[in-house]
Amino acid sequence: MTAGWLVVILVGASSIAIKGAGPLLMGGRAVPPGIVPVFKLLAPALFGALVVTQAFARGRELTLDARLAGLLVAAIGAHLRAPTFAVVVGAAAVTAALRFFAR
Amino acid sequence: MLSDIQVEPTVRAGARAVLPLAAAIAVLGVSFGALAISSGLSPLAAVVMSATTFAGSAQFAAVSILGAGGSVGAALGAATLLNARYAAMGLGLLPALGGGRWKRLLLAQLAVDESWAVAYLGDGRFSRERLVGAGLVLLAAHVAATALGTVAGGHFVGDPAVWGLDAAFPALFLVLLWPHVQRPEGRMAAASGAAIACALVPFAPAGVPIVAAALGSLVGSRSR
Repeated sequence: MTAGWLVVILVGASSIAIKGAGPLLMGGRAVPPGIVPVFKLLAPALFGALVVTQAFARGRELTLDARLAGLLVAAIGAHLRAPTFAVVVGAAAVTAALRFFAR
Repeated sequence: MLSDIQVEPTVRAGARAVLPLAAAIAVLGVSFGALAISSGLSPLAAVVMSATTFAGSAQFAAVSILGAGGSVGAALGAATLLNARYAAMGLGLLPALGGGRWKRLLLAQLAVDESWAVAYLGDGRFSRERLVGAGLVLLAAHVAATALGTVAGGHFVGDPAVWGLDAAFPALFLVLLWPHVQRPEGRMAAASGAAIACALVPFAPAGVPIVAAALGSLVGSRSR
């Protein structure tokens, strides 16, 4: 089996188990209130890590390249609450244009 | 802000409320299909993943870790941590799901950020009908768009950098992050996660910095 299929199967099983954990384990009981805030903060912590690694890492090096311009465009777009599509396409277009003209 | 029509607790109303978001989800699906192909997944594997995992951010993380040469374990770890919020969302939905254990398990699979938000009626209550309507529309858009992306992606494989596609993914994650950083504890969690990841990039195998960044959520929750 390829690594790709293994990831598809394991991540799929994990996702189904996580989404179904409440219904399967808890029955109709109430939620322990202490865990919810930590769960909610997992998303910003991981998204923060994904932003910087996808924007600045190349292999095991941290670099500044044309992706930084794309990220700035994305930050402005997000701040202005532009549609996701426009933000993502704008970031890609600015990065591509910068690379094209810097050649 | 929400009109009566928007919070009507029917399958149709849920589907209608999520339609504008379905376009955005479809764009993400196409991007995921393209990324999956460039990371070495087969088109079928990419479509199966969208249908079974049905959690965009976890799928993006898992596949990009794999594409960067990371291990299956690192990909699974990052995806599982990103999905952990769905355990909390699932608990919130619980009283609304009704039915037997297995039916609830099945219905809970339709919860993603957007369908969960659309199903929310306020005052801690959720509508099962709105969850089903919104969830099915999003699932259909996600799977169909992924299939399209695997076809389109195959034509792009030349060099994704020429099209700036490598900048599209951090931009997407920044958009997903944005609502969270409006609160101080979210900002603290995001900054800690980013700092942990940057510190580990030179030393750890691909994917491990992302998994370790989960500790940022503990820093964030202490800052409140």
